[in-house]
Amino acid sequence: MAKKSSRDRMNNEVNAGSMADIAFLLLIFFLVTTTIDVDKGITVKLPPWSEDEPDITKLNKRNVYSVLVNAQNQLLVRGELANVDELRENTKEFILNPQKREDLAEKPTKAIISLKNDRGTSYETYLEVYNELKAAYSELWNDQAQKLYGVDYSEDLPLAYKKEIRKIIPFVISEAEPTNFGEE
Amino acid sequence: MSKFKKKRGKSQPAISTASLPDIIFMLLFFFMVVTVMRNSELLVDVVVPEATELQKLQQKSLVNYIYVGKPKQKNQAKYGTSPRVQLNDAFVKSSLEAEIPLFLEKHKIKVPEQQRPRITTSLRVDGDVTMGIVQDVKTALRKANQLKVNYSARPRAQR
Repeated sequence: MAKKSSRDRMNNEVNAGSMADIAFLLLIFFLVTTTIDVDKGITVKLPPWSEDEPDITKLNKRNVYSVLVNAQNQLLVRGELANVDELRENTKEFILNPQKREDLAEKPTKAIISLKNDRGTSYETYLEVYNELKAAYSELWNDQAQKLYGVDYSEDLPLAYKKEIRKIIPFVISEAEPTNFGEE
Repeated sequence: MSKFKKKRGKSQPAISTASLPDIIFMLLFFFMVVTVMRNSELLVDVVVPEATELQKLQQKSLVNYIYVGKPKQKNQAKYGTSPRVQLNDAFVKSSLEAEIPLFLEKHKIKVPEQQRPRITTSLRVDGDVTMGIVQDVKTALRKANQLKVNYSARPRAQR
């Protein structure tokens, strides 16, 4: 009887000392399983599917900037062998045409980039080329944003600003169906 | 004034650790919320190429992933060495054009209706893969009317 009363007296507080340990254990588990790294990549909008290919032969030749990547990962820009490193600058010049040359785009709104690859082209090369083309546009957008609003072009820019910039320099990349060369 | 001084000098009380579990719990809840469990085991080796024009993918719940690459070493006996497409946790067995719409639909029903137009497909493609198989995936996506695509890439220092 006396024993019971002593047990009662001790029981009036639960030992919470190990609570921290339990919490630590769980914490470490979640620390290990967490992947903070955000997914990044080049966002593109694919054209809707249609059975018939768009006809670009009707377009004025000077407005089309054709980029071909073959199965050996070589680059052919407007019929001439080219290097990926020069692609960005050349594309910018083509779109803006600051010297009003006869063979470059009439104005940015009419410029069209035509990208075509083989089925044997490596994905790495394709993405590199695509990246350069996109970089050319984003550099132009940046210049435009600086000129109009005095800020850099970024995704956080107000939608109205972005729309205005994209109206002046629209992003047009047309991708043709690839040719069947070099498939493994 | 003397009363105040006396009291302090008398004894050094131990720092209370009673709030330690609370702090740990707070950290715990933070990580629990942030954690995204890897829902599919990768069956293919994917080393995504490098690029500079990267955009972050905003909401993870609105993204579905398609992996393209060579099967991992341990799977090569079973699946060969040529590049394959992985949806969820299995390879595409029959044809891309049959399985991709199903895969997209399965993801779509989990997303609230008003957010469905913002669903993005993240293509995690190995750099060494040829464009043929990527083109097939793209064509299948276009036919399934899933037009928002993100080519997954690693950041690269500006040249």
